[in-house]
Amino acid sequence: MTSAPPASPPTARTARPAILVVGLLALFAAGVASVAVGARAVPLGELWGALADFDPLNGDHLVVRDIRLPRTLLGIAVGAALAVGGALIQTLSRNPLAEPGILGVTHGAGFALTVGAALGLAGSAVSQLGLGVAGSVLATALVYAVGRHSTLRLLLAGVAFSAVLMGVSLGIRLTSPDTLDKYRFWAVGSLAGREQTDLTVPLVAIGAALVGALVIARSLNAIALGETVAHTLGANVARVRTATLVLITVLAGAATAVAGPILFVGLIVPHLLRRLTSGSVPWLVGLSAVVGPILMLVADTIARVLLHTGEVPVAIVTAFLGGPVLIWVVRRYGAGSL
Amino acid sequence: MTGTQKTGETPVLERTSTVRVPVGGRAWFVQRRTIGLVVGCVVAMLGLGFVGLSYGTSWATPGEVFGALTGLEPSVVIAEWRAPRVVAGILFGAALGVAGAIFQNLTRNPMGSPDIIGLDAGAYTGALLVMTVFAGASVTVAFGAVAGGLVTAALVYSLSRSNGLSGMRLVVIGIAVNAMVTALNNWLVLRAELEVAMAAVGWNSGSLNGIDWEDLVVPGVVIAVLLTVIGLRASALQQSALGDSIAVSTGVPLERQRLLMVLVGVGCTATVTAVAGPVMFVALAAPQIGRRLAQAPGVPLLPAALTGAVLLQFADLVAQMLLAPVSLPVGVVTTAIGGGYLIWLLAQEVRRR
Repeated sequence: MTSAPPASPPTARTARPAILVVGLLALFAAGVASVAVGARAVPLGELWGALADFDPLNGDHLVVRDIRLPRTLLGIAVGAALAVGGALIQTLSRNPLAEPGILGVTHGAGFALTVGAALGLAGSAVSQLGLGVAGSVLATALVYAVGRHSTLRLLLAGVAFSAVLMGVSLGIRLTSPDTLDKYRFWAVGSLAGREQTDLTVPLVAIGAALVGALVIARSLNAIALGETVAHTLGANVARVRTATLVLITVLAGAATAVAGPILFVGLIVPHLLRRLTSGSVPWLVGLSAVVGPILMLVADTIARVLLHTGEVPVAIVTAFLGGPVLIWVVRRYGAGSL
Repeated sequence: MTGTQKTGETPVLERTSTVRVPVGGRAWFVQRRTIGLVVGCVVAMLGLGFVGLSYGTSWATPGEVFGALTGLEPSVVIAEWRAPRVVAGILFGAALGVAGAIFQNLTRNPMGSPDIIGLDAGAYTGALLVMTVFAGASVTVAFGAVAGGLVTAALVYSLSRSNGLSGMRLVVIGIAVNAMVTALNNWLVLRAELEVAMAAVGWNSGSLNGIDWEDLVVPGVVIAVLLTVIGLRASALQQSALGDSIAVSTGVPLERQRLLMVLVGVGCTATVTAVAGPVMFVALAAPQIGRRLAQAPGVPLLPAALTGAVLLQFADLVAQMLLAPVSLPVGVVTTAIGGGYLIWLLAQEVRRR
C-alpha cells in the first residue's frame, strides 16, 4: 500500500475511489494471510472449510476458529483504531507529528492500568477498557490544557507528562510484584494471547468510535482550514473539537488497553495517506481505517513467522516497518512538509 | 567541575544586571542572575550532599559526617559507600545536563536532547549486545555502551544531514531511530537468558546503587576532560547560537565546532549510561529548567550543568528514601521529578500569556 505513486492533486482526487478499492482488496488478502499463516500453516481449502463447514475434531479448523480468526479481527480493530485516532489528532492539532502516543495517551492508559492492577480493579475486560480509556482521557486533557498554544509546547508537555506517568507507574510496579506480573504482558505491545480474553466490549467501543469518526470528519474538514475560517463557515468549533478529542481517546485508549503500546501506526498511516487524499478529511479517515488494519495484519503475520523459536511482539515489527518510513518521508519531503 | 566558573562569584560592578569579571586581561560579563543561580546550586549541592552522607539505614550525626570527611573518625559506610554515590550524582548530573544543553543548542529544539533522539537507547543496545552475545564483564559493557551511543549518534547525524542540518529533521529522525533501537532492545531482552535479562532490565532503569570509588575513576576523568573542552569553547558556542551565518562571519569554524559538540555530548551521555544505565530525562529537563531559572536566552551550558547536578542528586536521595529500605532506580525518580517540574514551568508560561 505504500508503493502507490505520489500523484498530483487533480489525479489524486479521481484516484481516491480506486485507492479505496485496492486497499480493501489488500486488506482482504492480508486478512486471509493472517488467518492462514503461523506456527501451524493452514491450507486455503481447510480455511474455507473451517468457516463454512466447521468440524470440531479437525485441528486446523480449531486453530482457525479459536485463535486465528479472533486475532485477525482484533488486529483489524486495533489497526483501524490507531490509524484513525492518529488521523483525527493530526487534523485537529494541525500537527503532522501528533500521535496519540506522543500526546500521553499510551502512558496515561499504562498508568491507569498499573494503578488499577495495584488496587485490584483490573480483573475483567470491561474494567481494563474503562481504566485504559479513563487514563488516556485524563492524560490527553492535561497535555492539551498545558500545550494547546503552540505545537512545540504540546510535544514538550506530552513528553514531560508521559515521563511523569511512566516514572510513577514504574515505581508502583517495582514495589508490587503482582502488578508487575500483570503489567509485564501488557507492556510489550502484542496481539498474541490477547484474543483469548473477552473482546466484545473493546471491539464494540472501537466500532462505534470509528463510525463516529466518519460522521465527524466532514466537520473537521472546516476546522482543518483554521479556526477563523471554520467559524465563518458556520462550524461549531468547540463542539467538534470536544467530540473529536473524545473519539481520539476512546480509539487510542481502547486499542492500547487491549494490545498494549504500539507505536507508529497512528503516525505513519495518516502521514502516507495525506498526499493521496488531497486534503479531504473524510477520505483520510476512511482510508486510514482500511490501511491501518493492513499494516497491523502484515506486521502481526511477520511477527509470527519471523523466528522459528517463537513470536516477536508485533510492536517491535511495527517499529521496524514504521521507523524507516518516517525517516524516508522526512528525508524526501523535509521536516517542514510533515 | 564548577571550579572553573566559580570566579563568577566575585562581584565587581554593582550597577547593571551584568557583572564584569576580569580573567587574565580579558573581561567576562556574567549575568547577575547566573551568579545567583551558581551560588544557589552550589548551596543546594552541599546541602543535599550532606543529607546524602548522613542518610542510610541509620542516620549519621553531623559530627560523624565531618569526622569521616576529615579522616578524624574513619567510617567505611560514609567514606566508601555514601560519598561515591553523592559524587556520582553531582558528576553524572552535570554531564547529562551539559549533554542535553549541547544537543538542544545544536538542534535548536528542546526535544533534541540525547534521551529523545535515541542516544541512551543506543548506548543500552551496545551494552545489551555485549552482555548477551559476548557475555562481557563490566569494563567491556561500558565500552559497548560508548560504542553503541557513538554509532547511534553517527546514524542519526548522517541521516539528518542533507544540504545542511535542520534541527526539526534531526529530532524527527532521532525519534524514529529511538523507536527502532528501543524495539531492538526489547527484543534482545526477550531473547536473552533470564538471568541476563534481569540484570539488563535492572540496569535499564538507571541506578546509582552500589557505585564505589573505583567505578568513578575513569568516568570522572573522561567527564572532566569533556566538560573542560566544551567549557573552553563556550564563547564560540554562544556565537553559533546566534545563527550559522553570524557564527561563520565572526570566525567560528562551524563544521569542526559541530563535530566537537556532538562528540562531547555523546561522550558525556555514553559515559554516564555505561556506569549508571540510561538515566532518563535529566538531559531533557535540566537545560530547560536551567535556562528558565537563569532567564537566559538560548540554552546556556553552566545553568544546565548545575541544574542537572542538583536534579540528579535530589532524585537519588528521593529514590533511596521513598520506599526505604528498598532503593528505587534513580531513573524512575528523575522522570517523575524532572517531568513534573517541566510541566509546571510550561503551565506557568501559559498562565503568563
